[in-house]
Amino acid sequence: MEQLNPRSRSDPFGSRINRRHSTMLAYGVPWVSIMLGSLCVWLPVIAPAPVLPPVGFAVLLGWRFVRPGLLPLWAGLPLGLFDDLFSGQPLGSAILLWSVALLAIEGIEARFPWRSFWLDWLTASGILAVYLACAALVSGAAPTLVQLVVILPQLLLSTVLFPIIARMVALLDRLRLMRVRRVG
Amino acid sequence: MALPASRRSTTNRRAQLGLFTGYVVAGLGAALGAALLIVSLWRPETFAGLRSMAADLTSPAGEVGAAGRVGSRNVFEAIAGYYRAGSRNARLEREIGIARVKLAEAEAVAHENRRLKAVLGLSEGETRPVAIARLIGSTSSSARRIGYISAGRQDGVRAGMPVSSPLGLIGRVLEVGRHSSRVLLLTDTESMVPVRRATDDVVAFAEGRSDGTLRLRLINLGINPVKVGDVFVTSGAGGLFRPGTAVAVAMEVTKDGAIGQLLSNPAATDVVMVEPIWQPEAIRVMRAPTIGEAEGAQAGAGEAGDAAPPSAAAAPSAAGAPTTDAPAAGADAAAGGSTQGAAPAPEE
Repeated sequence: MEQLNPRSRSDPFGSRINRRHSTMLAYGVPWVSIMLGSLCVWLPVIAPAPVLPPVGFAVLLGWRFVRPGLLPLWAGLPLGLFDDLFSGQPLGSAILLWSVALLAIEGIEARFPWRSFWLDWLTASGILAVYLACAALVSGAAPTLVQLVVILPQLLLSTVLFPIIARMVALLDRLRLMRVRRVG
Repeated sequence: MALPASRRSTTNRRAQLGLFTGYVVAGLGAALGAALLIVSLWRPETFAGLRSMAADLTSPAGEVGAAGRVGSRNVFEAIAGYYRAGSRNARLEREIGIARVKLAEAEAVAHENRRLKAVLGLSEGETRPVAIARLIGSTSSSARRIGYISAGRQDGVRAGMPVSSPLGLIGRVLEVGRHSSRVLLLTDTESMVPVRRATDDVVAFAEGRSDGTLRLRLINLGINPVKVGDVFVTSGAGGLFRPGTAVAVAMEVTKDGAIGQLLSNPAATDVVMVEPIWQPEAIRVMRAPTIGEAEGAQAGAGEAGDAAPPSAAAAPSAAGAPTTDAPAAGADAAAGGSTQGAAPAPEE
Protein backbone atom coordinates (compact mmCIF):
# COMPACT_ATOMS: atom_id res chain seq x y z
CA MET A 1 0.00 0.00 0.00
CA GLU A 2 2.84 2.39 0.87
CA GLN A 3 4.30 1.84 -2.58
CA LEU A 4 1.14 3.10 -4.19
CA ASN A 5 0.60 6.02 -1.86
CA PRO A 6 3.25 6.94 0.73
CA ARG A 7 0.73 8.97 2.72
CA SER A 8 -1.85 6.25 2.94
CA ARG A 9 -1.30 5.69 6.65
CA SER A 10 -1.23 9.31 7.68
CA ASP A 11 -3.76 12.11 7.96
CA PRO A 12 -3.11 15.87 7.58
CA PHE A 13 -1.57 15.91 11.05
CA GLY A 14 1.08 13.24 10.46
CA SER A 15 1.42 9.50 10.60
CA ARG A 16 -1.36 7.66 12.37
CA ILE A 17 0.84 4.74 13.26
CA ASN A 18 2.50 5.05 16.63
CA ARG A 19 1.75 8.78 16.95
CA ARG A 20 -0.79 10.73 18.97
CA HIS A 21 -1.76 14.39 19.46
CA SER A 22 0.03 16.11 22.32
CA THR A 23 -2.36 17.24 25.05
CA MET A 24 -0.13 20.19 25.90
CA LEU A 25 -0.08 21.45 22.31
CA ALA A 26 -3.77 20.79 21.77
CA TYR A 27 -4.84 22.88 24.73
CA GLY A 28 -1.85 25.22 25.11
CA VAL A 29 -1.52 26.70 21.62
CA PRO A 30 -4.75 28.78 21.72
CA TRP A 31 -3.91 30.32 25.09
CA VAL A 32 -0.28 31.03 24.23
CA SER A 33 -1.14 32.52 20.83
CA ILE A 34 -3.74 34.88 22.35
CA MET A 35 -1.26 35.97 25.03
CA LEU A 36 1.39 36.58 22.37
CA GLY A 37 -1.18 38.71 20.54
CA SER A 38 -1.62 40.77 23.71
CA LEU A 39 2.15 41.24 23.89
CA CYS A 40 2.14 43.11 20.54
CA VAL A 41 2.61 46.22 22.69
CA TRP A 42 6.30 45.36 22.69
CA LEU A 43 6.52 45.51 18.90
CA PRO A 44 8.91 48.32 18.04
CA VAL A 45 6.08 50.56 16.86
CA ILE A 46 5.79 53.80 18.81
CA ALA A 47 2.48 55.08 17.55
CA PRO A 48 1.38 58.71 17.87
CA ALA A 49 -2.24 57.53 17.52
CA PRO A 50 -3.92 54.15 17.96
CA VAL A 51 -3.18 52.23 14.76
CA LEU A 52 -2.57 48.60 15.62
CA PRO A 53 -5.70 46.41 15.78
CA PRO A 54 -6.32 44.77 19.17
CA VAL A 55 -4.34 41.68 18.13
CA GLY A 56 -4.97 39.62 21.28
CA PHE A 57 -8.72 40.11 20.99
CA ALA A 58 -8.73 39.39 17.26
CA VAL A 59 -6.84 36.11 17.84
CA LEU A 60 -9.34 35.20 20.57
CA LEU A 61 -12.20 35.79 18.10
CA GLY A 62 -10.31 33.73 15.51
CA TRP A 63 -10.04 30.74 17.85
CA ARG A 64 -13.66 31.11 18.84
CA PHE A 65 -14.76 30.94 15.20
CA VAL A 66 -12.31 28.24 14.07
CA ARG A 67 -12.92 25.92 17.03
CA PRO A 68 -16.11 26.75 18.92
CA GLY A 69 -16.06 25.19 22.35
CA LEU A 70 -12.30 24.80 22.54
CA LEU A 71 -11.87 27.86 24.76
CA PRO A 72 -14.06 27.72 27.86
CA LEU A 73 -16.68 30.43 28.16
CA TRP A 74 -14.81 31.99 31.08
CA ALA A 75 -11.55 32.36 29.09
CA GLY A 76 -12.15 36.12 28.95
CA LEU A 77 -11.28 36.44 32.63
CA PRO A 78 -7.64 35.21 32.68
CA LEU A 79 -6.83 36.29 29.12
CA GLY A 80 -8.40 39.72 29.60
CA LEU A 81 -6.44 40.19 32.82
CA PHE A 82 -3.22 39.42 30.96
CA ASP A 83 -4.14 41.84 28.18
CA ASP A 84 -4.96 44.60 30.66
CA LEU A 85 -1.48 44.39 32.16
CA PHE A 86 0.05 45.60 28.91
CA SER A 87 -2.59 47.32 26.82
CA GLY A 88 -2.59 50.67 28.65
CA GLN A 89 -6.31 50.38 29.32
CA PRO A 90 -7.46 50.56 32.95
CA LEU A 91 -7.29 47.13 34.56
CA GLY A 92 -10.62 45.33 34.18
CA SER A 93 -11.69 46.74 30.82
CA ALA A 94 -10.52 43.74 28.79
CA ILE A 95 -11.77 41.29 31.44
CA LEU A 96 -15.23 42.80 31.12
CA LEU A 97 -15.27 43.33 27.36
CA TRP A 98 -13.75 39.96 26.44
CA SER A 99 -16.14 38.05 28.71
CA VAL A 100 -19.11 39.94 27.31
CA ALA A 101 -17.87 39.36 23.75
CA LEU A 102 -17.64 35.58 24.32
CA LEU A 103 -21.16 35.53 25.75
CA ALA A 104 -22.41 37.64 22.83
CA ILE A 105 -20.90 35.23 20.28
CA GLU A 106 -22.61 32.36 22.09
CA GLY A 107 -25.91 34.21 21.71
CA ILE A 108 -25.31 35.03 18.05
CA GLU A 109 -24.43 31.40 17.37
CA ALA A 110 -27.64 30.21 18.99
CA ARG A 111 -29.61 32.65 16.84
CA PHE A 112 -27.77 31.88 13.55
CA PRO A 113 -26.63 28.26 13.90
CA TRP A 114 -25.31 28.06 10.32
CA ARG A 115 -21.82 29.34 9.64
CA SER A 116 -20.14 30.91 6.66
CA PHE A 117 -17.12 33.03 5.93
CA TRP A 118 -19.23 36.15 5.40
CA LEU A 119 -21.30 35.66 8.53
CA ASP A 120 -18.19 35.08 10.63
CA TRP A 121 -16.48 38.13 9.17
CA LEU A 122 -19.57 40.28 9.72
CA THR A 123 -19.89 39.06 13.31
CA ALA A 124 -16.20 39.64 13.98
CA SER A 125 -16.27 43.15 12.44
CA GLY A 126 -19.34 44.09 14.45
CA ILE A 127 -17.81 42.83 17.67
CA LEU A 128 -14.49 44.55 16.94
CA ALA A 129 -16.26 47.84 16.23
CA VAL A 130 -18.25 47.68 19.47
CA TYR A 131 -15.12 46.57 21.35
CA LEU A 132 -12.99 49.46 20.06
CA ALA A 133 -15.70 52.02 20.81
CA CYS A 134 -16.29 50.65 24.33
CA ALA A 135 -12.55 50.41 25.00
CA ALA A 136 -12.14 54.08 23.99
CA LEU A 137 -15.06 55.04 26.23
CA VAL A 138 -13.72 53.28 29.34
CA SER A 139 -10.07 54.17 28.70
CA GLY A 140 -10.26 56.97 31.26
CA ALA A 141 -9.60 59.67 28.68
CA ALA A 142 -12.22 62.35 28.17
CA PRO A 143 -14.60 61.07 25.47
CA THR A 144 -14.47 63.62 22.68
CA LEU A 145 -15.37 63.57 19.02
CA VAL A 146 -11.67 63.46 18.10
CA GLN A 147 -11.30 60.23 20.06
CA LEU A 148 -14.05 58.51 18.12
CA VAL A 149 -12.63 59.74 14.81
CA VAL A 150 -9.17 58.52 15.80
CA ILE A 151 -10.30 54.90 16.17
CA LEU A 152 -11.76 54.77 12.65
CA PRO A 153 -8.48 53.88 10.88
CA GLN A 154 -7.85 51.29 13.57
CA LEU A 155 -11.31 49.84 13.06
CA LEU A 156 -10.82 49.68 9.29
CA LEU A 157 -7.47 47.95 9.73
CA SER A 158 -8.92 45.47 12.24
CA THR A 159 -11.79 44.60 9.90
CA VAL A 160 -9.52 44.10 6.92
CA LEU A 161 -6.95 42.13 8.89
CA PHE A 162 -9.42 39.81 10.60
CA PRO A 163 -9.66 37.20 7.79
CA ILE A 164 -5.85 37.07 7.69
CA ILE A 165 -5.68 36.61 11.45
CA ALA A 166 -8.35 33.89 11.24
CA ARG A 167 -6.28 32.23 8.53
CA MET A 168 -3.20 32.32 10.78
CA VAL A 169 -5.26 30.83 13.58
CA ALA A 170 -6.27 28.02 11.21
CA LEU A 171 -2.55 27.39 10.55
CA LEU A 172 -1.92 27.31 14.29
CA ASP A 173 -4.80 24.87 14.59
CA ARG A 174 -2.93 22.43 12.33
CA LEU A 175 0.15 22.85 14.53
CA ARG A 176 -2.05 22.25 17.56
CA LEU A 177 -3.24 18.89 16.26
CA MET A 178 0.15 17.63 15.00
CA ARG A 179 0.74 14.01 15.89
CA VAL A 180 3.98 14.47 17.81
CA ARG A 181 3.54 12.18 20.80
CA ARG A 182 5.05 8.72 20.34
CA VAL A 183 3.05 5.87 21.82
CA GLY A 184 4.23 2.33 22.42
CA MET B 1 -23.44 24.19 9.95
CA ALA B 2 -25.27 23.23 13.08
CA LEU B 3 -23.69 23.35 16.49
CA PRO B 4 -21.26 20.51 17.22
CA ALA B 5 -22.98 17.59 18.85
CA SER B 6 -20.98 18.03 22.04
CA ARG B 7 -22.41 21.49 22.55
CA ARG B 8 -26.04 20.85 21.70
CA SER B 9 -28.33 20.73 24.70
CA THR B 10 -29.17 17.12 25.35
CA THR B 11 -30.97 15.09 27.90
CA ASN B 12 -27.58 14.46 29.47
CA ARG B 13 -27.90 16.13 32.84
CA ARG B 14 -24.15 16.45 33.33
CA ALA B 15 -23.59 18.16 29.98
CA GLN B 16 -26.40 20.61 30.70
CA LEU B 17 -24.95 21.42 34.10
CA GLY B 18 -21.50 21.93 32.59
CA LEU B 19 -22.91 24.34 30.02
CA PHE B 20 -24.83 26.19 32.71
CA THR B 21 -21.75 26.46 34.94
CA GLY B 22 -19.82 27.88 32.00
CA TYR B 23 -22.38 30.65 31.58
CA VAL B 24 -22.39 31.41 35.30
CA VAL B 25 -18.59 31.58 35.50
CA ALA B 26 -18.42 33.77 32.38
CA GLY B 27 -21.05 36.09 33.87
CA LEU B 28 -19.12 36.26 37.13
CA GLY B 29 -15.95 37.01 35.15
CA ALA B 30 -17.67 39.92 33.41
CA ALA B 31 -18.95 41.23 36.76
CA LEU B 32 -15.47 40.96 38.29
CA GLY B 33 -14.06 42.80 35.27
CA ALA B 34 -16.62 45.58 35.71
CA ALA B 35 -15.74 45.89 39.41
CA LEU B 36 -12.01 46.03 38.68
CA LEU B 37 -12.67 48.60 35.94
CA ILE B 38 -14.58 50.85 38.32
CA VAL B 39 -11.82 50.55 40.91
CA SER B 40 -9.09 51.37 38.42
CA LEU B 41 -11.01 54.32 36.97
CA TRP B 42 -11.63 55.63 40.46
CA ARG B 43 -8.11 54.98 41.82
CA PRO B 44 -5.84 54.68 38.77
CA GLU B 45 -2.73 53.87 40.81
CA THR B 46 -4.24 50.79 42.48
CA PHE B 47 -2.77 48.19 40.15
CA ALA B 48 0.44 50.05 39.29
CA GLY B 49 2.60 47.45 41.08
CA LEU B 50 1.05 44.55 39.17
CA ARG B 51 1.50 46.35 35.86
CA SER B 52 5.11 47.35 36.55
CA MET B 53 5.96 43.78 37.52
CA ALA B 54 4.48 42.45 34.29
CA ALA B 55 6.29 45.12 32.28
CA ASP B 56 9.58 44.28 34.01
CA LEU B 57 9.17 40.61 33.14
CA THR B 58 8.49 41.19 29.45
CA SER B 59 10.48 44.34 28.70
CA PRO B 60 13.64 42.43 27.56
CA ALA B 61 11.64 41.37 24.49
CA GLY B 62 10.85 45.02 23.84
CA GLU B 63 14.50 45.97 24.22
CA VAL B 64 15.50 43.38 21.65
CA GLY B 65 12.82 44.81 19.37
CA ALA B 66 14.05 48.36 19.92
CA ALA B 67 17.62 47.29 19.18
CA GLY B 68 16.33 45.59 16.07
CA ARG B 69 14.55 48.75 15.04
CA VAL B 70 17.77 50.73 15.38
CA GLY B 71 19.78 47.95 13.74
CA SER B 72 17.53 47.67 10.73
CA ARG B 73 17.59 51.41 10.35
CA ASN B 74 21.39 51.24 10.38
CA VAL B 75 21.29 48.64 7.61
CA PHE B 76 19.10 50.88 5.52
CA GLU B 77 21.42 53.80 6.19
CA ALA B 78 24.38 51.73 5.05
CA ILE B 79 22.60 50.91 1.81
CA ALA B 80 21.63 54.54 1.41
CA GLY B 81 25.30 55.42 1.87
CA TYR B 82 25.97 54.16 -1.67
CA TYR B 83 23.82 56.94 -2.96
CA ARG B 84 25.97 59.61 -1.44
CA ALA B 85 23.97 62.60 -2.53
CA GLY B 86 20.75 61.16 -1.19
CA SER B 87 22.19 60.19 2.16
CA ARG B 88 23.95 63.51 2.58
CA ASN B 89 20.72 65.27 1.75
CA ALA B 90 18.89 63.18 4.35
CA ARG B 91 21.55 63.95 6.94
CA LEU B 92 21.49 67.65 6.23
CA GLU B 93 17.73 67.68 6.43
CA ARG B 94 17.87 65.98 9.79
CA GLU B 95 20.49 68.44 10.98
CA ILE B 96 18.41 71.36 9.82
CA GLY B 97 15.44 69.91 11.65
CA ILE B 98 17.43 69.79 14.87
CA ALA B 99 19.01 73.18 14.21
CA ARG B 100 15.62 74.80 13.70
CA VAL B 101 14.44 73.50 17.03
CA LYS B 102 17.70 74.48 18.71
CA LEU B 103 17.39 77.97 17.25
CA ALA B 104 13.93 78.34 18.69
CA GLU B 105 15.16 77.03 22.02
CA ALA B 106 18.12 79.42 21.92
CA GLU B 107 15.78 82.33 21.30
CA ALA B 108 13.76 81.18 24.26
CA VAL B 109 16.88 80.92 26.40
CA ALA B 110 18.05 84.38 25.37
CA HIS B 111 14.67 85.74 26.28
CA GLU B 112 14.76 83.88 29.55
CA ASN B 113 18.23 85.29 30.32
CA ARG B 114 17.12 88.84 29.68
CA ARG B 115 14.26 88.37 32.05
CA LEU B 116 16.29 86.62 34.71
CA LYS B 117 18.87 89.41 34.60
CA ALA B 118 16.03 91.78 35.24
CA VAL B 119 14.85 89.76 38.19
CA LEU B 120 18.43 89.24 39.49
CA GLY B 121 19.46 86.65 41.94
CA LEU B 122 17.58 83.80 40.34
CA SER B 123 20.26 81.39 39.20
CA GLU B 124 19.65 78.11 37.46
CA GLY B 125 22.15 75.27 37.47
CA GLU B 126 22.89 72.91 34.63
CA THR B 127 20.52 69.94 34.67
CA ARG B 128 22.01 66.55 34.04
CA PRO B 129 19.84 63.66 32.85
CA VAL B 130 19.04 61.05 35.47
CA ALA B 131 19.13 58.23 32.98
CA ILE B 132 19.43 57.60 29.26
CA ALA B 133 16.99 54.97 28.07
CA ARG B 134 15.42 53.43 25.01
CA LEU B 135 11.81 53.95 24.08
CA ILE B 136 10.85 50.29 23.79
CA GLY B 137 7.13 50.19 23.16
CA SER B 138 3.83 51.98 23.24
CA THR B 139 0.18 51.10 23.69
CA SER B 140 -0.40 51.22 19.96
CA SER B 141 -3.83 49.58 20.04
CA SER B 142 -5.36 51.48 22.97
CA ALA B 143 -6.95 54.91 23.04
CA ARG B 144 -4.44 55.87 25.74
CA ARG B 145 -0.99 57.01 24.66
CA ILE B 146 1.47 55.43 27.05
CA GLY B 147 5.04 54.47 26.20
CA TYR B 148 7.53 52.17 27.86
CA ILE B 149 11.19 53.05 28.47
CA SER B 150 14.02 50.74 29.44
CA ALA B 151 15.03 52.45 32.70
CA GLY B 152 13.46 52.09 36.09
CA ARG B 153 13.94 52.51 39.81
CA GLN B 154 17.41 50.95 39.61
CA ASP B 155 18.53 53.76 37.30
CA GLY B 156 17.14 56.45 39.59
CA VAL B 157 13.95 57.13 37.66
CA ARG B 158 11.03 58.35 39.77
CA ALA B 159 7.41 59.05 38.91
CA GLY B 160 6.82 62.54 37.52
CA MET B 161 10.21 63.03 35.90
CA PRO B 162 10.15 64.62 32.42
CA VAL B 163 11.29 62.49 29.48
CA SER B 164 12.74 64.19 26.43
CA SER B 165 14.67 63.50 23.26
CA PRO B 166 17.21 65.81 21.56
CA LEU B 167 14.31 67.19 19.51
CA GLY B 168 12.08 68.09 22.44
CA LEU B 169 9.81 66.92 25.20
CA ILE B 170 8.21 63.45 24.95
CA GLY B 171 6.25 63.08 28.17
CA ARG B 172 6.64 62.29 31.81
CA VAL B 173 7.18 59.17 33.87
CA LEU B 174 3.94 57.71 35.19
CA GLU B 175 4.78 54.43 36.91
CA VAL B 176 8.21 53.09 37.73
CA GLY B 177 9.19 49.44 37.70
CA ARG B 178 12.51 47.89 38.58
CA HIS B 179 14.09 48.36 35.17
CA SER B 180 11.27 49.68 33.00
CA SER B 181 8.86 52.58 33.36
CA ARG B 182 5.62 53.72 31.84
CA VAL B 183 5.66 57.18 30.26
CA LEU B 184 2.57 59.33 29.71
CA LEU B 185 3.21 60.67 26.21
CA LEU B 186 2.36 64.30 25.45
CA THR B 187 -0.37 63.25 23.01
CA ASP B 188 -2.40 61.45 25.69
CA THR B 189 -5.61 63.29 26.52
CA GLU B 190 -4.69 63.30 30.22
CA SER B 191 -1.39 65.05 29.56
CA MET B 192 -1.23 68.80 30.09
CA VAL B 193 1.95 70.87 29.86
CA PRO B 194 2.27 74.62 30.55
CA VAL B 195 3.97 76.19 27.54
CA ARG B 196 4.77 79.61 26.14
CA ARG B 197 5.67 80.94 22.71
CA ALA B 198 9.44 80.78 22.23
CA THR B 199 9.68 84.43 21.25
CA ASP B 200 7.54 86.11 23.88
CA ASP B 201 5.23 85.54 26.81
CA VAL B 202 2.13 84.15 25.17
CA VAL B 203 1.38 81.43 27.70
CA ALA B 204 -0.78 78.39 26.97
CA PHE B 205 -1.50 74.84 27.94
CA ALA B 206 -0.59 71.99 25.59
CA GLU B 207 -3.16 69.22 25.86
CA GLY B 208 -2.94 65.89 24.09
CA ARG B 209 -5.58 65.00 21.51
CA SER B 210 -4.61 61.32 21.18
CA ASP B 211 -4.31 61.60 17.41
CA GLY B 212 -0.69 62.72 17.37
CA THR B 213 -1.34 66.45 17.69
CA LEU B 214 -1.58 68.83 20.63
CA ARG B 215 -4.24 71.39 21.43
CA LEU B 216 -2.61 74.66 22.51
CA ARG B 217 -5.05 76.60 24.65
CA LEU B 218 -4.13 80.19 25.40
CA ILE B 219 -4.53 81.34 28.98
CA ASN B 220 -5.21 84.97 28.11
CA LEU B 221 -8.20 84.97 25.83
CA GLY B 222 -8.80 87.89 23.53
CA ILE B 223 -7.21 88.47 20.16
CA ASN B 224 -5.41 85.29 19.26
CA PRO B 225 -1.78 86.28 18.56
CA VAL B 226 -0.65 82.82 17.46
CA LYS B 227 0.46 82.37 13.86
CA VAL B 228 1.10 79.17 11.97
CA GLY B 229 4.72 78.14 12.49
CA ASP B 230 5.11 79.55 16.00
CA VAL B 231 7.23 77.31 18.21
CA PHE B 232 6.06 76.63 21.75
CA VAL B 233 8.44 75.69 24.56
CA THR B 234 7.84 74.65 28.15
CA SER B 235 7.31 77.64 30.42
CA GLY B 236 8.46 76.06 33.65
CA ALA B 237 5.24 76.98 35.42
CA GLY B 238 4.31 74.27 37.88
CA GLY B 239 7.94 73.36 38.41
CA LEU B 240 7.87 69.99 36.69
CA PHE B 241 9.42 70.71 33.31
CA ARG B 242 12.60 72.72 32.84
CA PRO B 243 11.69 75.91 30.94
CA GLY B 244 12.77 76.23 27.34
CA THR B 245 12.34 72.64 26.16
CA ALA B 246 10.72 72.55 22.74
CA VAL B 247 7.23 71.06 22.65
CA ALA B 248 5.22 71.87 19.55
CA VAL B 249 4.88 74.05 16.49
CA ALA B 250 1.52 75.64 15.70
CA MET B 251 -0.02 74.06 12.64
CA GLU B 252 -3.51 75.46 12.49
CA VAL B 253 -4.93 78.45 14.37
CA THR B 254 -8.16 77.88 16.29
CA LYS B 255 -10.45 80.21 18.25
CA ASP B 256 -8.75 79.71 21.62
CA GLY B 257 -5.22 78.93 20.48
CA ALA B 258 -3.90 76.47 17.96
CA ILE B 259 -3.50 72.86 16.97
CA GLY B 260 0.15 72.02 17.41
CA GLN B 261 2.34 69.44 15.71
CA LEU B 262 4.55 67.58 18.16
CA LEU B 263 8.20 68.54 17.56
CA SER B 264 9.66 65.36 18.99
CA ASN B 265 7.68 62.59 17.37
CA PRO B 266 8.07 59.51 19.59
CA ALA B 267 7.79 57.29 16.51
CA ALA B 268 11.11 58.62 15.23
CA THR B 269 12.87 58.44 18.58
CA ASP B 270 14.79 55.59 20.07
CA VAL B 271 17.02 57.09 22.77
CA VAL B 272 15.45 59.38 25.36
CA MET B 273 16.71 61.22 28.42
CA VAL B 274 14.99 61.12 31.77
CA GLU B 275 15.55 64.47 33.45
CA PRO B 276 15.18 65.35 37.11
CA ILE B 277 12.11 67.27 38.22
CA TRP B 278 13.00 70.91 37.71
CA GLN B 279 11.74 72.41 40.97
CA PRO B 280 11.09 69.56 43.43
CA GLU B 281 10.21 71.95 46.24
CA ALA B 282 7.54 73.62 44.10
CA ILE B 283 5.99 70.22 43.43
CA ARG B 284 6.00 69.52 47.15
CA VAL B 285 4.22 72.79 47.76
CA MET B 286 1.63 71.89 45.14
CA ARG B 287 0.97 68.60 46.89
CA ALA B 288 0.59 70.36 50.26
CA PRO B 289 -3.00 70.93 51.38
CA THR B 290 -4.69 73.80 49.57
CA ILE B 291 -5.94 76.83 51.45
CA GLY B 292 -9.50 75.53 51.39
CA GLU B 293 -8.48 72.18 52.83
CA ALA B 294 -6.22 73.87 55.34
CA GLU B 295 -9.08 76.07 56.51
CA GLY B 296 -11.20 73.00 56.93
CA ALA B 297 -8.42 71.43 58.98
CA GLN B 298 -8.02 74.65 60.95
CA ALA B 299 -11.63 74.48 62.02
CA GLY B 300 -10.86 71.05 63.39
CA ALA B 301 -7.29 71.20 64.69
CA GLY B 302 -6.05 74.76 64.30
CA GLU B 303 -2.44 73.82 63.49
CA ALA B 304 -2.50 72.89 59.83
CA GLY B 305 -3.87 76.30 58.89
CA ASP B 306 -0.76 78.06 60.14
CA ALA B 307 1.52 75.98 57.99
CA ALA B 308 -0.44 76.17 54.74
CA PRO B 309 -0.63 79.89 53.84
CA PRO B 310 3.17 80.49 53.77
CA SER B 311 3.70 77.46 51.56
CA ALA B 312 0.90 78.57 49.26
CA ALA B 313 2.51 82.00 49.08
CA ALA B 314 5.85 80.40 48.21
CA ALA B 315 4.37 78.68 45.17
CA PRO B 316 4.22 81.70 42.85
CA SER B 317 7.78 82.76 43.72
CA ALA B 318 9.15 79.34 42.87
CA ALA B 319 6.96 78.30 40.01
CA GLY B 320 5.38 81.42 38.63
CA ALA B 321 8.61 83.19 37.65
CA PRO B 322 8.10 82.89 33.89
CA THR B 323 4.81 84.72 34.07
CA THR B 324 6.12 87.76 35.96
CA ASP B 325 5.35 90.29 33.27
CA ALA B 326 2.16 88.63 32.05
CA PRO B 327 -1.06 90.25 33.21
CA ALA B 328 -2.11 89.29 36.71
CA ALA B 329 -5.12 87.32 35.50
CA GLY B 330 -2.88 85.19 33.34
CA ALA B 331 -0.46 84.57 36.19
CA ASP B 332 -3.32 83.51 38.41
CA ALA B 333 -4.61 81.15 35.77
CA ALA B 334 -1.13 79.74 35.24
CA ALA B 335 -0.60 79.13 38.93
CA GLY B 336 -4.03 77.60 39.32
CA GLY B 337 -3.93 75.53 36.19
CA SER B 338 -0.37 74.34 36.56
CA THR B 339 -1.38 72.36 39.60
CA GLN B 340 -3.05 70.13 37.10
CA GLY B 341 -0.03 70.02 34.89
CA ALA B 342 2.42 69.45 37.71
CA ALA B 343 0.87 66.73 39.78
CA PRO B 344 1.62 63.31 38.27
CA ALA B 345 -1.41 62.97 36.09
CA PRO B 346 -4.17 60.64 37.19
CA GLU B 347 -3.38 57.73 35.01
CA GLU B 348 -6.31 56.02 33.25
